[in-house]
Amino acid sequence: MKALEIKGLKKSFRSNFLIRKYNILKGIDLDVEKGEIYGFLGPNGAGKTTTIKCIMGLLSPDAGEVQVDGRPADTAAARQRIGFLPENPYFYDYLTAREFLLFSASLFNIPEKEARDKVAALIHRVGLSGHEDLKLRKFSKGMIQRLGVAQALVNDPDLLILDEPFSGLDPVGRKDLRLLILALREQGKTVFFSSHILQDMELMVDRVGIILDGTIRRQGKLSELVARSTQYVEVVCDRIDRRELARIHPDSTVRDNQFILTLASDADVNLVVESIIHNGGRILAVNPVKMTLEDIFFSEMTGGANGIPTSRSNGTGAPPDPATPGGKP
Amino acid sequence: MKPGIRGIAVNTFRESARNKMFYLLVFFGILFALSSKLVSFLTLGDAMKVLKDTGLAAINFFCVLIAIFTGINLVYKEIEKKTVFNILSKPVSRDEFIAGKFLGLALTMLTALGAMAVIFFAFVAVSGGGFDLGILLYFVMLYLELLVIVAISLLFSSFTTPILSFIFTVSLYLIGHVMWTYNEFKDYLAIPLWRAFTQGLYYLLPNLHKFNIKNEVVLGMAIDPWSVLFSVLYALAYVLAVLALTVLIFRRREFQ
Repeated sequence: MKALEIKGLKKSFRSNFLIRKYNILKGIDLDVEKGEIYGFLGPNGAGKTTTIKCIMGLLSPDAGEVQVDGRPADTAAARQRIGFLPENPYFYDYLTAREFLLFSASLFNIPEKEARDKVAALIHRVGLSGHEDLKLRKFSKGMIQRLGVAQALVNDPDLLILDEPFSGLDPVGRKDLRLLILALREQGKTVFFSSHILQDMELMVDRVGIILDGTIRRQGKLSELVARSTQYVEVVCDRIDRRELARIHPDSTVRDNQFILTLASDADVNLVVESIIHNGGRILAVNPVKMTLEDIFFSEMTGGANGIPTSRSNGTGAPPDPATPGGKP
Repeated sequence: MKPGIRGIAVNTFRESARNKMFYLLVFFGILFALSSKLVSFLTLGDAMKVLKDTGLAAINFFCVLIAIFTGINLVYKEIEKKTVFNILSKPVSRDEFIAGKFLGLALTMLTALGAMAVIFFAFVAVSGGGFDLGILLYFVMLYLELLVIVAISLLFSSFTTPILSFIFTVSLYLIGHVMWTYNEFKDYLAIPLWRAFTQGLYYLLPNLHKFNIKNEVVLGMAIDPWSVLFSVLYALAYVLAVLALTVLIFRRREFQ
């Protein structure tokens, strides 16, 4: 049984006095396995938050179904096992952090004594110790985000749904949240989170789904998506005459007295390496440069199937610019 | 009571109780009620009657003001600030949310009216008047009226802005207090269809005049117990009907 399963989810909105219809979700199909961290990736306006709101029952889908642990997501039994953090959360500013968490616990029918213990532990866990009796109107955005994570954990959920959880957090907060999410996975929890911050996602997700224009363009294990996507191969060598090297392979650059050859992913690397050695050269490294999640994401955005994205190289076989993040030496 | 409803009700009450505007209105209610002593000095006739008349009117006015101002913001603010996401994503149904909000506001009104009533009773006693059961009954009837107003403002708050909610609620409040004239007016209509329509509207609009027993209380007139019982049942039925309509609207709301 899947932790979360979405089939054929469609949602449209009407505007301009109900004349114009905007199809936001055009048939979302995705599934999240139990105990995994699933990254829901997409640019602004792709339909991430709309999908999440459909899961949480804040929007009613036009078509499709959402199941949590085999049960319809809109039932109280399903909600009892979900923890949810909305995007840019705003909580009652007249409450203190402790009061707010106790209020959240009361909505799950957690007995008061148990709730008090849980709340104390959660405040400590999200790094808000010392601020538990401060009114929320005095909280910074990062502190609100931490509190939002705490309220999502108040019912000890099996499935956590986090909408842009890293938004508003400073680097320390992001690292803390990353560690917290990883720790939750260790405890057997399932985490489904949306983000457009690729770095955070790449560091922790097991599987990823890329949503663009209301449809899932790619879904799969991050390791498999990345492994399948060798962009090009770099061969680093020295002690060879440049003219000889040009005969072996015309596309090379020089950096720190070392030659860097950029070969297409399907090129005969062995032949090139043998030729270099045969001509007295020394092989320093052979690096298959794989696509990062960012590359895959941009490739989908620009419509490229599995090509070298424009953000990393010019796609003509010329070496990538070392100054760009993808220009690995 | 379901824990979700209780939690939302307590939180709604806490929200009102931490609102400075709430205290300001309660304070002015008490101030104006007490200033009735001054009015009684300046008026000819039975000073105690004038004191009761103006004092009760002041309490009535400020309680209605609190009910409308708190009610019209109740659901709207939750949606506008997206705090509703946090509640509805938990095992709490939309019906429970509305019920919790209503009960929280009912508790707020009970507190506000209770505070004003206690001070007013004490004031009447200090001014030489005894405990008047009629005044207590007046406060009970006023509370029923406030519950109807709260339900109406909650209904509007669930689908429109506070400004429009204010206009609609105040309009219904004013109409509700002239329903007796409205009832007479319909008898002058010649066309049967119009008369039937007006009759239907008469039952649909809140008849708040039923809850006003101030003249009877101040002038020491007899109060018909059956009329009081009917008013209690009417208030309960009207509140339930308005809440049911609110729930129907709120169930269909989308939170974009």
